[in-house]
Amino acid sequence: MALVADRLGIELVELDRANCCGAGVIAEHNPELADTLNARTFAMAQQTGLAMMNICSTCQGAQSECQQRLDADKAYRAHINEVLAGEGLRYEKGISNKNFLWLLVEDYGLENLRAKVRRPLSGLRVGPFYGCYVLRPTSRLGYHEHPDRDAYLERVIEVLGGEPVDYEGAHKCCGFPVITMNRETSLRQAGRHVGDAIDAEAHALVTPCPLCHLNLDLQQIEAAGVVGRELGLPILHLPQLVGLALGFEPKELGMHKHVVKTAEVEQVLQPAAAPAAAG
Amino acid sequence: MADYKLRVRRYDPESGKPPYWADYQVDLDGHRSVLDAILEVKGREDGSLGIRCSCQAAICGSCGVRVNGQAKLACNTKLSDAAANAAKYEDGGTIKVEPMGNMPVLKDLIVNMDDVHWKKVQRIVPWLIPAGDPPEREYVVPPETMIDVTQSMACIHCGACVSDCLSMEVDPLFIGPAALAKAYRFVGDPRDSQTEQRLNDLAEDPHGIYDCTHCFNCIQVCPKGVAPMDQIMRLRRRATRDFGITDQNNGRRHEEAFTNIIRKKGILDERKLLQDSFGVLRPQGQIQLLRSLPTGLRGFARGKITPRKALMHERLDGMENLRRIYDHAEDHHEEVNLYILGEGETQDEKEPAMGETAGGPTS
Repeated sequence: MALVADRLGIELVELDRANCCGAGVIAEHNPELADTLNARTFAMAQQTGLAMMNICSTCQGAQSECQQRLDADKAYRAHINEVLAGEGLRYEKGISNKNFLWLLVEDYGLENLRAKVRRPLSGLRVGPFYGCYVLRPTSRLGYHEHPDRDAYLERVIEVLGGEPVDYEGAHKCCGFPVITMNRETSLRQAGRHVGDAIDAEAHALVTPCPLCHLNLDLQQIEAAGVVGRELGLPILHLPQLVGLALGFEPKELGMHKHVVKTAEVEQVLQPAAAPAAAG
Repeated sequence: MADYKLRVRRYDPESGKPPYWADYQVDLDGHRSVLDAILEVKGREDGSLGIRCSCQAAICGSCGVRVNGQAKLACNTKLSDAAANAAKYEDGGTIKVEPMGNMPVLKDLIVNMDDVHWKKVQRIVPWLIPAGDPPEREYVVPPETMIDVTQSMACIHCGACVSDCLSMEVDPLFIGPAALAKAYRFVGDPRDSQTEQRLNDLAEDPHGIYDCTHCFNCIQVCPKGVAPMDQIMRLRRRATRDFGITDQNNGRRHEEAFTNIIRKKGILDERKLLQDSFGVLRPQGQIQLLRSLPTGLRGFARGKITPRKALMHERLDGMENLRRIYDHAEDHHEEVNLYILGEGETQDEKEPAMGETAGGPTS
C-alpha cells in the first residue's frame, strides 16, 4: 500500500497507535467495547485533521457500524468520550472514513488513476470480490449518496486496462468469519466462488479485504478439497492490482508470498512502460 | 407512464419442461410496484403467471421474490428503483424477477416455504413456555422489558432473509435467520422459563447460532428492519454472558479469543487466535489444530507467516489505554439499538452521510 500510495501521490499518515477494529467479532461480544475501541481510532485520526482511510472491507464495515451508533446518540457518544478522555482523546461525530476502493473512485478520481497507469493490464481478466462488510447493509455504508459503490471494482479494473469478469460470487461471502466454527460452510463458500470465477475464465480475483484474501488464497487448497474440484486461481489484494498497473513488479508487491502462485497473472502482464519524463 | 421491461423466471411443473426466462413489457408510472407490473402481465398477457400476493401493503409477507438477484417484497419495490438498479449491471435496465432462493420452486414465482422456512421456525419452539401455574389473569411484566423483542416481533415471515442467506446456500441444514430471529423473540421475553435450554440447544446445534457467516444479507433484505443477524449476535451474547454456555462449535472460544487478544496486544495475533479458538487443551481442539497445520505450513513456506511473528507477535504501545477501555466496557456493555432509538433522532444538527466530511456532502 505504501508503494502504491506514493506513486499515486497520496500522502499517508499512519495511525501507528491505532488498535484493531474488532472485525465484527468484538461487536458481537460487546457492542460498547467495539464502539469505544473504534471511537479511539476515529479520535486519533481526527487529531491529525485529516480524513481517514482504511484498507480493508471488514474494517470499513465494522467501523461504519460503530460510527453509526456513535453518531446517532449524543448521550452515548458523551459516555464513550468520558472513557477516551483518560488518554486525552475525544471523538467528534461525522468522521470521514473510507476504504481505499471508495477513496480511489470518489476522491482520487478514475481519470487521475488512468493517467498514472504505466502498464495497462491488457488481456488480464479479473473477477471482483468485494467482501460482505463493504457491501451491506447499504443504509449505513453511504449507498444513498454513492449508489454505485457495489460496482467500483469493475470500474477500477477497466481503468487499469483489465477486463472485469462477471461471475456468480462477486458480492457473496468468502466464509472467513466461520472458519473456526464450521469449516465446511466456510470453505464451501470460498471454493464455490473461486470455482465460478474459473468457469467464467478469470485469470485472477481482486479483493479489497485482507480477510477475504486469507480465505480465498491461504485456504484455497483446502477449499478445493471441500468442493471437490481443482482450483488454482490467483487472488490479488486491491493495492497489488493497482500497483501492477502503476508499473511495480510482482515481487515488489509481495505476490511471491501468495499460497496460490500468481504465475498465470504474470504471464499475461506486459512489461511496464518507462516512467514519463519529469514524472 | 413509462415502459418497463421485465424478465421473469417461469416454470410449470406440469409441462415437463425446464424453467425458462420470459420477457414482458408494461406501461406504468415509475412509482408503481413490481407487483403491480406482474399483476398487469398476469391480467393482460398471461393469466398462468404464478405469484403469491395479498395485502399489497408490505405487511402480509406473501409476495417475496428476487428482484435483480435480491430478495424483496414485490409490493414495495418501485419500478423506477428496480429499473435503475438493473441498469447498473446491464444496459436497458430490464428488471429481473425470479422466485426466492434456498426454497424449492413450486411454480413460477411461488416457492415451497413449508419445507424450509416454516420447518425451521417450528424447530426453535416458537411459543412461550412460562413457569408454574397460570396466573388468575395475565402474565404481567413491565412494558420496558418487552421493548427489546419488538424488533424480532416485526417479522412478517416473508422469507426474504431465508432466500438470500449465504450460509444456508452452502449448508441447507443451517437453522437460518428467520427462525433464529424468532428464537430471540422468546429468549428475550421475560415470561419464558426455558431461556437457558433454548440457548443451549441453539448454541450446541452444529447448524445453529454459530453458523451464521456474518454476510449481512438478511439485514439488507428484510423489509421490516428485523435485522436477523443482530438477533443471532444477541443470542450469542445471552448464551455466553448470561449462562456461560461454551459450545462445541468453537463459537464462544473464538469470540473470547479474539476479544482477549486485542485486550493484550491491541492488534490481532492470528496464530494465537487459531489456537485459542480451537482450544489446545481439548482433544477435539488438538485435532482441529492439526488439521489446520497444512495451511499454516504453506503460509510459512511462502513467507506469508514468519516464525517470529507466529511466536512473538508484536503488541501496540500504550496498552494501558486499551485496558482502561476494556475494564469500563466489561462493566457496562450498553447496547444502543437504533431500531428502538431511531436513527438520527437525537441529532441537534444535520448529520453528514457516511463516508463524507463533516463539512457537507461532496458534489
